[in-house]
Amino acid sequence: MTTDKTKLKSILPSKDVTRRGFLKGAAATAGVAIGSGAITGFPTIWAQNIKNVTLRQFGTGVSNINAVADKVKEDLGFTLQMTALDSDAVAQRAVTQPNSFDIADIEYWICKKVFPAGTLQPMDTTKIKNYDKISPLFITGKLTPESKIAQGTAPNTVGFVEGPDSTEFASAPTQWMTLIPTIYNADTLGIRPDLINRPVNSWADLLSSDFKGKASILNIPAIGIMDAAMVSEAMGEITYGDKGNMTKDEIDQTIALMIKAKRDGQFRAFWKSFDESVNLMSSGEVVIQSMWSPAVAAVRSKGIECKYQPLKEGYRAWGGGIGLAKHLSGLELEAAYEYINWYLSGWVGAYLNRQGYYSAAPETAKKFMTADEWGYWMEGKPAQSDILSPEGKVMEKAGAVRDGGSYEERMGHVACWNSVMDENKHMVRKWNEFIAA
Amino acid sequence: MSASNSKRGSYFLITPMALVFAIFLVIPLLTIVVVSFWDYDEYRILPDFILENYSYLLGSSVTWQIYLNTFKYAALTWAFTLGIGFTVAYFLAFHVRSLTWQIILFMVCTIPFWTSNIIRMISWIPFLGRNGLLNQALMGAGIIHEPLEFLLFSDFAVVLADVHLYTLFMVVPIFNSMMRIDRSLIEAARDNGASAWSTLRHVILPLSKPGIAIGSIFVITVVMGDFITVRLMSGGQSASVGLQISNEIGLLQYPAAAASAVVLLITVLLIVTALLRLVDIRKEL
Repeated sequence: MTTDKTKLKSILPSKDVTRRGFLKGAAATAGVAIGSGAITGFPTIWAQNIKNVTLRQFGTGVSNINAVADKVKEDLGFTLQMTALDSDAVAQRAVTQPNSFDIADIEYWICKKVFPAGTLQPMDTTKIKNYDKISPLFITGKLTPESKIAQGTAPNTVGFVEGPDSTEFASAPTQWMTLIPTIYNADTLGIRPDLINRPVNSWADLLSSDFKGKASILNIPAIGIMDAAMVSEAMGEITYGDKGNMTKDEIDQTIALMIKAKRDGQFRAFWKSFDESVNLMSSGEVVIQSMWSPAVAAVRSKGIECKYQPLKEGYRAWGGGIGLAKHLSGLELEAAYEYINWYLSGWVGAYLNRQGYYSAAPETAKKFMTADEWGYWMEGKPAQSDILSPEGKVMEKAGAVRDGGSYEERMGHVACWNSVMDENKHMVRKWNEFIAA
Repeated sequence: MSASNSKRGSYFLITPMALVFAIFLVIPLLTIVVVSFWDYDEYRILPDFILENYSYLLGSSVTWQIYLNTFKYAALTWAFTLGIGFTVAYFLAFHVRSLTWQIILFMVCTIPFWTSNIIRMISWIPFLGRNGLLNQALMGAGIIHEPLEFLLFSDFAVVLADVHLYTLFMVVPIFNSMMRIDRSLIEAARDNGASAWSTLRHVILPLSKPGIAIGSIFVITVVMGDFITVRLMSGGQSASVGLQISNEIGLLQYPAAAASAVVLLITVLLIVTALLRLVDIRKEL
């Protein structure tokens, strides 16, 4: 089996042949192939069996999109079942129901919590064809050789383990990767420019009395605390050693500041899910809040002005990737590797780029985008013609420029990554105090 | 011989129910109690025997605040559902004369239950919002000039949604109690010169007590454990015990959640016991 598979792999990666075409051909010519002895029967088995393979993937709503599953069926021939959950539920499921999934699409900060539980298996980077196309952010933590590694759980710090059976994170890249990065972005505050009559340029504006009773923050402790930290630091109230790994004292001070703001009536509501944030913003209940970029796009697509405001202190970034369940083996494991290689080969990357996220392998995604799309999404250039969403709806009119500019400008100004702190338990307790206050 | 046979027979008859209770109630409950003494970290629960979960829970001012908040919601919801529920049941039982109409109107009360709880709750949000229908109507009528902010994402909104969701739980048992009241007692009261008010107070109210008790148990236990209404209607700005447990589960802090659940269970059991002491509920069964 194994040798046959390697053989198959060795003939597959010719760039001009689509995998599906190959499989069709392989199935059709299998008889001939067996007869000729050129390929010893295996492709028939493989080509037939892979259609019966079903891989179950779960993850957050941002990247668990049915369009991807449909395209997998078309390109690779097997079935991918998608389940979208919220971040907390993702962590919970990955740890407590290891047999309920084959592929976990999880965020790096969750990976730090989940991977040591031993329900995922490290991936062999030698089997990842586009490994060298992956953005260096995920390998070394630096976008360019000169850039500084941001605070928090930077993806490179939890991206590798020592060996195939290890659950210990490696300090430098190894052959064994925990997650293959798929999607990431730099987050900032969303505002309603039509309801705000002054410029907003700092995280501190979230607690500005100008927006009293009209602000919101997200209620996922690990992410909310980072936003709170960006705010406190911008206000000059607290100086952190490392926002992504605060001391108990820093946590207490941050929460105290937030509790005070809450008691003073700063917040209108807290949100936990994507649609809640969209509703808060589009109904005008809230005019400034921490937000995710597709939520901004969703508000805008209703014809309501909404801006993903770049701030002088920089962005809070996050990244997600796909990991393989421990129990995957044999044909299913092969199919999963096929899927990963396909994932990095560009189509999905272009799809995600068009949603306003970034592809883990930008180079390959470029091939699937028009020059205008690439210019708008990645280079910060004004759109030459209307910019369409992946579903084909007009998202931006010609002439629009992306909030925050180019890829380098945004990802190069990441101040911190979403993280799990050493004092996580304490942080969550303090966060609950904030919510109960 | 026959006595011991019938004894064996009754043991045999209670076995299925006892098994169901053991598997679906006793064992899970015991598990929760056991886990509440375990330790945990980010991604594991660690078998151990520690009191930290309880000592933190009972020693933290947050817990007291959350319980106070939960009691507040439960008490307010209870008072309003009781007032509305009793009135509706009274109307159905004593003012509507024909059985057909009683049944029809009773069915009308259940219409809201044709859609899910969550949908009924969420539909309040656009209604009560800053730019919602109510505010627009009030401003359009010139009654107010600034939108009323307290309508949504507030304790008011939570209690309103709870009352809306759970009043029927009060109506049904009270109506049931009232229908069992012997009408000749009311006639007798009237013949003895009692006013409608004193008939209500001295005859109907005492005889409806079992229904009131059952309804109260329904409403209070549901509100004490509720988390989704509190989360949605307070805009996530208020906490309840149920919400705290749901958050702890979400963050994989199962032992802490188990400890909270045990404390909540004990609290609710105490409330129910107190209610049962006030009323002999067996009369109803």
